[in-house]
Amino acid sequence: MEALRTTKPKVRMSNSTLLFIIAGIIFLLMYGFALISFPGSFLQFQTFFDLFNFNAALFIVTLGMCIVMIAGGIDISVGAVCGLVTMACAMLLQSGAGDVWGALLLALGIGLAFGLMHGYLIAYLEIQPFIITLAGMFLAQGLLTTLHKDPLNVTKPAFVALRNFTIEIPWLGTVNRLGVFIPCEIKPGVFVVLVLVILYAVLMKWSRFGRNVYAVGGNIQSARMLGINVKKTLFLSYVICGLTAGIGGFVFLMTTGAGNIGNGALFEIKAIAANVMGGILLNGGVGNLLGAPIGTLTLLTINELIRAAGVQSNLQAIVSGLLLYLFIVLQSIVMSLRSGRKFRLTLPPWLKPHRLPEEKEAGNQG
Amino acid sequence: MPKLKAHFDRLSHLFLPLSVLVILILINLVKGADYFKITMVNGAFYGNIPNILFGAAELVILAIGMTLVTAASRGQDISIGEIGAIASAIFVQYVLRAGSAVTLWTILVGFLISCVAGLLIGAFNGTLVSFFGVQPMVATLILFLGGRSIAFIIDGKVSPILANEISNRIGTVIPGVPIQTPIILTAVFIAIVVLVLKTTNLRLYVEAVGINPNAARLNGIDPKKIIFLTFLIMGVCSAVAGFIAVNKAGRHDSVNLLKFIMMDAILAVALGGNSLGGGKFSITGSIIGAYTIEILNRTLLRLEVNPEAIKAFKAVFIIILMVIASPVVRAFARKVWDKVKTFVTGFSMRKSVGLNKTVFSMADRAAGKKEE
Repeated sequence: MEALRTTKPKVRMSNSTLLFIIAGIIFLLMYGFALISFPGSFLQFQTFFDLFNFNAALFIVTLGMCIVMIAGGIDISVGAVCGLVTMACAMLLQSGAGDVWGALLLALGIGLAFGLMHGYLIAYLEIQPFIITLAGMFLAQGLLTTLHKDPLNVTKPAFVALRNFTIEIPWLGTVNRLGVFIPCEIKPGVFVVLVLVILYAVLMKWSRFGRNVYAVGGNIQSARMLGINVKKTLFLSYVICGLTAGIGGFVFLMTTGAGNIGNGALFEIKAIAANVMGGILLNGGVGNLLGAPIGTLTLLTINELIRAAGVQSNLQAIVSGLLLYLFIVLQSIVMSLRSGRKFRLTLPPWLKPHRLPEEKEAGNQG
Repeated sequence: MPKLKAHFDRLSHLFLPLSVLVILILINLVKGADYFKITMVNGAFYGNIPNILFGAAELVILAIGMTLVTAASRGQDISIGEIGAIASAIFVQYVLRAGSAVTLWTILVGFLISCVAGLLIGAFNGTLVSFFGVQPMVATLILFLGGRSIAFIIDGKVSPILANEISNRIGTVIPGVPIQTPIILTAVFIAIVVLVLKTTNLRLYVEAVGINPNAARLNGIDPKKIIFLTFLIMGVCSAVAGFIAVNKAGRHDSVNLLKFIMMDAILAVALGGNSLGGGKFSITGSIIGAYTIEILNRTLLRLEVNPEAIKAFKAVFIIILMVIASPVVRAFARKVWDKVKTFVTGFSMRKSVGLNKTVFSMADRAAGKKEE
């Protein structure tokens, strides 16, 4: 034992890292399974890029939700805000009053307004986040249907150019049956996702705000005793989430090019599911921000897999629910096996892992 | 007097839902004085109040279950609409199996089977939450995603129709009884819940677990069992709500039956003055909250608000309400009230003991000098 201790002090892996690693492994396993079972579609790079191309908005929304979830809150208005932004921007572009930059500003403005409202009401007036963001969701949906009921296609040339703009990767692609080389295409929305992922990951990992968010989410009382401005941290987390939802809405419009009532529907649920798959707990204080894109990728891969398997559309929902179930149970078992003291799963005595007293002490300290 | 004050304190948590109710009724009375008018049509009561009681039947039942789940598990069940859809799909299939010879017995057995289905689904959610320690919202997300598809598969074809006399009577009105049947069923359900809460220790245990699960465990209450139990109750509540909803509609539409009702149910719990973070709860508050939401919906329709904008108005109303009821604003109001009170009492004191005023001021001056 002495020899072991002198070589290197063992650092216990944090829960966030562990859950992130599990999420990563599951994604790799899932994608590997997809590659083996449907090599025709999944072996093409374009399939992988299309996951990003067509779901960039979901990735972005999930990032914002991730920060709020780490702070121990929830924001279920993101999908509705996203939809509202697409419709408002589409109307602005169609009316001819504003150009693309104006639409971007409007998107950011709407997102910021919702974020400020949620943040102020939740952080400074101490109202329950679920109810306030539920009201925000109703408000956004109501405004959306009031603005315009029918689908609105944007035909402004400048925007259409932006929508159709794709970046081709010359050295990556597939050769089709006729022998023509088709390079992979990436939409500009993917770059927004990349920039935001890097920005938020840096923010959560190395900035004071990021550490404060973890502290507040972990234990609000002790964060307060450490002198952290809890209210400001919570406020900022909701503002960022709202702003991100606004950006997500603009990217959504950039992908589909039309404002529609159904835009961004159920994004909040998908974002929560993706975050849970990425190892970010709803309790708060646990999770790696990079888990959000990994979780979203897992969710999308599952959907693609089910679609490729060609099962009935009703079975699709059931299968994705079952996979989510397996995932949640696995996460829970790993977490409970890890913390011997807080052993949540009640196994029969002969199944309980035998633990040495020393280990137990270590577990208690950790 | 002290007895009265204690009584008032006990009812203080109902201040929020009741005041909202009063405001809404006042708005309705301003719009038209015939709000409370009840007419007899074909031997049954019709009017605004029976309509509200009729429309909110499922929501009230779900709000009761949601209150218990929220209080014990500190989270919300978002799959209640889906549980209702699955349970009622099973009920409809059982009734349709019987063919044309549907008796009261068939309906009753079908109802009991759907309740058992609700129990099983509740057990599924409850196992995840209590034994695996998953947050309730995440655990119920699974059924939220897949539940309607299960109901659809049970249905077999798109929205089977419940065309029999008894279902029709359960959904609307029994000849000879002046009150609509869903209202009676809701009343019976509330009575059962009240009876259970009065005769058993359920309330005490649920509150103990919700306030502090560890302390509850040390006192010999198993939090896992209690949380599991609340999810079972939630399952039964959802099954009953599904039963009423499907009989009202007369057909089983697996896509739209009880759609997004969990939002309203959670809102009813919050409007009832309950904390969504668990702990003490008030079933009365939740029931009033549920009826309030129904009245709010109908009021917006009555005020001829654009149907597209109804949700936005609802949101503004909820936000204003939650701001008024928020702890910070309440504390601020109390502080202002105390200041007013001290000012008034001080003013009256100065009036009565004007002689001492000079003494006080001299003492103040002396104290001030010392500090300098």
